Amino acid sequence: MARSKDRRPGYSRRAQYGIFTGYVIALLGVVAGVIVLVMSLINPDAFSFARSSAAEVARPMGQASAKGRATSQSVFGAIGAYFNAGQQNTDLRREVDAARANAVSMQSLQDENRRLKALLGIVDPVRKPVATVHLIGSTASSTRRFAVIDAGSNQGVKPGFPVRAASGLIGRVIEVGPDTARVLLVTDPENVVPVRRANDGLAAFVQGASNGRIDIRLINMGVNPVKKGDVFVTSGSGGLYPPGIPVAVATDPHRDGAIGHLAADPANNEFVIVEPSYQAQAAAQLQQIAKDGEGTAAETP
Amino acid sequence: MNWSDIGSGADVVRKRINREPLPMLAIGLPWLSIILASMASFSPIIASAPIMPPLAYLMLLGWRMMRPGMLPVWAGLPLGFVDDLYSGQPFGSGILLWSISMLAMEIIDERFLWRSFAQDWLAASLLTTGYLTACAVLAGFVTGYPLPFVIVPQVLMSVMFFPVVTGVIALLDRVRLLPLKRL
Repeated sequence: MARSKDRRPGYSRRAQYGIFTGYVIALLGVVAGVIVLVMSLINPDAFSFARSSAAEVARPMGQASAKGRATSQSVFGAIGAYFNAGQQNTDLRREVDAARANAVSMQSLQDENRRLKALLGIVDPVRKPVATVHLIGSTASSTRRFAVIDAGSNQGVKPGFPVRAASGLIGRVIEVGPDTARVLLVTDPENVVPVRRANDGLAAFVQGASNGRIDIRLINMGVNPVKKGDVFVTSGSGGLYPPGIPVAVATDPHRDGAIGHLAADPANNEFVIVEPSYQAQAAAQLQQIAKDGEGTAAETP
Repeated sequence: MNWSDIGSGADVVRKRINREPLPMLAIGLPWLSIILASMASFSPIIASAPIMPPLAYLMLLGWRMMRPGMLPVWAGLPLGFVDDLYSGQPFGSGILLWSISMLAMEIIDERFLWRSFAQDWLAASLLTTGYLTACAVLAGFVTGYPLPFVIVPQVLMSVMFFPVVTGVIALLDRVRLLPLKRL
C-alpha cells in the first residue's frame, strides 16, 4: 500500500491553518464526547428525543427488513418441511389426537370455571393489548440490549408497558416516539424482572446477562432447589409486568440460582404484543371492586 | 487535504477526455456508507446478544486506511454522533471514541508510513478491540453490572470481518470514482 501523502503543506498559510483547524475540531470532538457522555451517564433519558427521531427516520427501513425476515424464515421453513414431511405427518397426527383429548377436558374445565366465577361474582378483567407490532430493529452490536418496535405514542404506547410474544416476555417499553418505541429487552442487564417458579411459586428475579442468556437468582438463599428445566413466570410484584407470563427456563443451576434461556427469543417472533402496564390495570380493577363494594355494605358479624 | 485531487481520482480511473466523477458522489459516498452502516441495526437480525461486528466503525477505519486524508480528522465527531443515535450505547460514547480513533489513525499514519495490508489489519484489530472494550465498559457504567467476557466472540468476529469490509469499501471506491459528470 502506498504511503499516505505528506501533510506538511509547505509555505501556504491557508493550508497550514486548514490542517490546524482540523486538529482543533477533532480535539473539540473528544471534549464534546466526554461532556455528552457524562450528561447521558447522569441522566440516561437526556437524549431520548434525538434517539426517537432517529428511529422514526429509520422506521421504513426496519419495517421492510421485518417483512424480509418473515419471508426468509417462511422460505427456509418451507424447504425444511419438504425434507421431513413424512415424519411431520405422523407427528402431527399424533399431536392432533392428543390435542382433541385435551380440548374436551379443557372445555369441561372452562365450563366449570365459568360457573364458579358466576357463583362468586368475579368480573373477569379482559387484558386488551395496546398494539400488535413488528420488532423493526435491535442494537445488535452493543452490549446494551434494546429493540425498536413500529408503534409509538400515536398508537397509545407509553413507557413502562410490557412487551410480550405469544410464548413469553420480550421486555418493556422505555422510550416512546410518535410512531416508534424503544424496548429494553429481558436480556439487558438493566432489566430486572421479578419471577416465580411456575409449579410452586418459588420467588426469584431474573437479570439479563447480555449474551442471550439470563441469570435467575433466588430471593431466599440456602439450598438451591432449582432444577434443570424449571419454568419461571412473572410474579406480578413490582406492578410492571402482569403475572403469569413465561420468562425463562433454567438450564444450568449453580450455587445461588441458575443460568436460563429465554422463553421467547425476540429473533423468532415476527409479531409482539404491547400490553398496558399491570399497575394501571390493577388500579382500575381495585376501583371497580370498590365501586361494586359500595352497593353491598359489609356485614357486621 | 486537497479535495479536487481526490475528486478527480486521476490515479485510479483512467480519465476520459470529457468525463469526471460526480463531486457529490466522490465526496459524499464515504460519509453516506458509514451512516448507512450505523443504521444497520435496523436489519432483519433481532439479536438477543451482541453478535454483530460494529460495521460502521469498521467502515470508518476502512475508508480512513484506503484513502488517508479524504475523511477529515474531525470526521469522528459527526459520524460518531449519528452512530450514537442508533447504536444503543450511552450517548456520547460514539462521539468520544470515534474522535479518538481518528486521532489515533493520524498517529499511526505518522509513525508507519509504508504499510502492508497485514499491518493495516493489525492496526484495525487493535483499534476495534479497544473500541469494543471501551464500549462495553461504558455500557457497564450505565447498568452497574460489568460484563467483561460477553464481547469476546464479537471481537473475534470483527477482526475476521475487517478484510470483508475493506473489500466492500474497495468496491464502493470504484463506484465513487465512476466518471459520470460531463464537462
